[in-house]
Amino acid sequence: MEYEAVIGLEVHVQLKTKTKAFCSCSTEFGNPANTQTCPICLGLPGSLPVLNKTALEYALKVCLSLNCKIQEYTKFDRKNYFYPDLPKNYQISQYDLPLALGGFLEIELETGDRKKIGIHRIHLEEDAGKLIHTQDKSLVDFNRCGIPLLEIVSEPEIANPQEAYQYLISLKELLKYLDVSDCDMEKGSLRCDANISLRKKGSLSLGTKIELKNMNSFKAVRDALSYEIYRQKLVLQKRKRLSQETRLWDPKKEKTFPMRRKEEAQDYRYFPDPDLPVFVIDKEKLKMLKASLPELPFEKKMRFLKEYGITGSELDFIVSERQIADYFEACVKIYPKPKTIFNWIAGPLVSELNELKISFRELKLNPSDFIELIRMFEDKKLSNIVAKEVLKEMLRTEKKANQIVEEKGLLQISDKDILSKLAWEVISENPVAVSDYRSGKINALMFLVGQAMKKMKGKADPKLLQVILKEILDK
Amino acid sequence: MELNRLTAHQLLELIKVNSIESQEIISFLEKRIKEIDNKLNAYVRKDRTVDVKSEENTEGFLKGIPISIKDNICTKWLPTECCSKILEGFLPPYDATVIEKLKSYGAKIFPLKTNMDEFAFGSSTENSYFGPTHNPWNLECVAGGSSGGSAAAVASDEAIFALGTDTGGSIRQPASFCGVVGLKPTYGRVSRYGLIAFASSLDVIGPITKDVYDSALLLNIIAGYDPRDSTSVNIEVPDYLKALNLDIKGIKIGIPKEYFVEGLDKQVKESLDEAISVFKKLGAECREVYLPHTEYAVAVYYIIATAEASSNLARFDGIQYGYRIKQKNLISLYKKTRGQGFGQEAKRRIILGTFTLAHGYYEAYYLRALKVRTLIKNDFDEVFKEVDCLVTPTSPTPAFKIGEKIRDPLKMYLSDIFTISANLAGIPAISIPCGFTKNNLPIGLQILSSPFNEEMVLRVAYNFEQNTVWHKIKPKL
Repeated sequence: MEYEAVIGLEVHVQLKTKTKAFCSCSTEFGNPANTQTCPICLGLPGSLPVLNKTALEYALKVCLSLNCKIQEYTKFDRKNYFYPDLPKNYQISQYDLPLALGGFLEIELETGDRKKIGIHRIHLEEDAGKLIHTQDKSLVDFNRCGIPLLEIVSEPEIANPQEAYQYLISLKELLKYLDVSDCDMEKGSLRCDANISLRKKGSLSLGTKIELKNMNSFKAVRDALSYEIYRQKLVLQKRKRLSQETRLWDPKKEKTFPMRRKEEAQDYRYFPDPDLPVFVIDKEKLKMLKASLPELPFEKKMRFLKEYGITGSELDFIVSERQIADYFEACVKIYPKPKTIFNWIAGPLVSELNELKISFRELKLNPSDFIELIRMFEDKKLSNIVAKEVLKEMLRTEKKANQIVEEKGLLQISDKDILSKLAWEVISENPVAVSDYRSGKINALMFLVGQAMKKMKGKADPKLLQVILKEILDK
Repeated sequence: MELNRLTAHQLLELIKVNSIESQEIISFLEKRIKEIDNKLNAYVRKDRTVDVKSEENTEGFLKGIPISIKDNICTKWLPTECCSKILEGFLPPYDATVIEKLKSYGAKIFPLKTNMDEFAFGSSTENSYFGPTHNPWNLECVAGGSSGGSAAAVASDEAIFALGTDTGGSIRQPASFCGVVGLKPTYGRVSRYGLIAFASSLDVIGPITKDVYDSALLLNIIAGYDPRDSTSVNIEVPDYLKALNLDIKGIKIGIPKEYFVEGLDKQVKESLDEAISVFKKLGAECREVYLPHTEYAVAVYYIIATAEASSNLARFDGIQYGYRIKQKNLISLYKKTRGQGFGQEAKRRIILGTFTLAHGYYEAYYLRALKVRTLIKNDFDEVFKEVDCLVTPTSPTPAFKIGEKIRDPLKMYLSDIFTISANLAGIPAISIPCGFTKNNLPIGLQILSSPFNEEMVLRVAYNFEQNTVWHKIKPKL
């Protein structure tokens, strides 16, 4: 019998507001434990939450970008459960009136077709603290406690693990475009759980739902889902029943294992948080937010294809981050040669940034200064090697290209007299190579060009040099 | 002159002529406490030595006059334990907004906190971890609750004035039992930031004072919007003392028929009738009005209040602060700590609230209670279209005997029958002395008005007080 998978994803993203969701503590990552706390996020008796308006704004941006229907008013509820990382023993979350319902995210399939994955709901809540277990003690770090968390729940409309992977990639791309989250799974600013069930192909009823947790990368989500399909098929083919459960992905064993059963089913006893009033979502504000949204990845792609003729993986790369796309566009405005600029960005610039461990966001290099360098190369004032060296220097010292070139005397030498003199020198110094060339070994010519370039510390125009050398040798 | 016997405004008058140090007033209070509080138990942790040095500003408006604070309002580095074992030794690292305000107005925070029912769960202060407070008029009787300590301290001149909190009558009922003035402001009028929550949608902080003037004076200081409390309301605070200058000629007073029911003590009823004739003499128009949903108030209250309490009290788990019984395993740590840290009534309410919020019961209890709460509020909205204020007894009976109701929670819950509705509707209400029983126990009168109309409540109360002597009579101790 043939089966098909029904997959839904539940993504939690930390919003990168400066302060927490309900107090003014910093959200910065990586500081010493419990240094970013106050009576409110510690849940001390008598303290009260006050909603961070920026968190609400960021959340609404996401809702708008995912084409959701935003509720006219929204409220917060308490989700009650006991756990030491939750100082109030309830989490401020949203239950029956989430921020938004019913949207979609458009993803690209491997076939190149596009598919809309429905968004079931989006709600805002607060993150919990972090437990640290030592040999004989358990410690709690409340720095993370109270960071705004957005839960984005998809409809069960994802057909296979690859689609799930694509969904996550597109969602991350979108969130980063909106500049509302770092989406860094390693730092825990993006977390993903999956629900998966199998059913007979074409059937309308749903099979037994299994919840998967503990996937620490998008690839892990894909792998865990693939494994689950394999496992569930085996069970079903043996005509056995699956039990509804939560399973954990073990990345080392590449298998899922049932999570230790809770003693009984959790009852979170949701009820409206009496400390927070119902919030009316202002229509005018929403309009303004909508107007302020940046061009989203898909729209940008379509436009870049049309305006700059960039296609395929090059297009994917250039729109993958808003900062790259913006930088590219700023450059093209000054110097309308998109292809050349693309090559410079995707090649030397990206590799230098990687080496310096700087992100595009932190890039201080002015597009006009970058273009000046490209122009010098295009005008044959700099050789390829030298131009890359100059770029490196520009990124490190923040000096302009012409200043570096001047200081170091790096201008490309295209003077025929100088190059002829150089050619004669190299020919007289390398008789073996010369006779090799003359006896038909064409490669010897490149050797001689290389020797000449070395002498000139890379500054000579290699193409011109080759022509001159060839002329002399062929005489 | 025994300074402890004065009101805050009398002290302020005196300070204008003589210089009186804050410490002088405190010494009188301490002497009084030493003399009689072993009988009353209005203050808790009296054996504690407190470092009184502080950076408080005694130059402000209140010139260092000490104010006594209920044990559930956070005072920075001053134990705040809600009279519960589970909060044993809890030192708040911050001041409640009302405390900040008082300090900025030059009040001296009295270093001993006043007794209360554990987490404000009760109507008699018998549920305190530190034992009951006795009524200054009759030591065999309760002082009322949950702000019994504040009321008894003010009534017996162990305090100049005090702060209490009111979730279902916890300021007004003890004020009436002890013969003092207790004001519950409109929900949202006074910041709850720093008030250890019992039922967040009902809790209010308010004054307990020797006369109406002091209540108005204290409300002037503590009222106002607080950005730290999302439920506080951003509307202008009037000068409440100004309202006291107005008479009540032509004021329309409603007497809700539903409050004069079976179970209302005969002497309380007689006092009320007398009070109404005083209002009439002063030119007020009194008429019968109807609040048809009154009979559901107690039921609605005990569903909403316990539901919120069950969640509010979840944080007392022995992890970060307070009492903890060390255990190897987390669940047994929770169970042992909470099992031994909470008293009987706290456990009863947590269990009740947990039940009504449980999956499958929520709609039948909590959600339904919220709907009936709206009906109760609508009753008041309607009635305040016709009248300016309402006058009712504060409690159906005068103070009852210690031990009389403690084993019968339902009976105890009914002693709040006249005060609960004001919390459900969020409206302001005051209790003022209006007479005594044959056994010399005070009787209280309640005045209620529409949301944010504390001026009306204070004005009517002040006019009554100026034409009666009840507030001047002090218990003999």
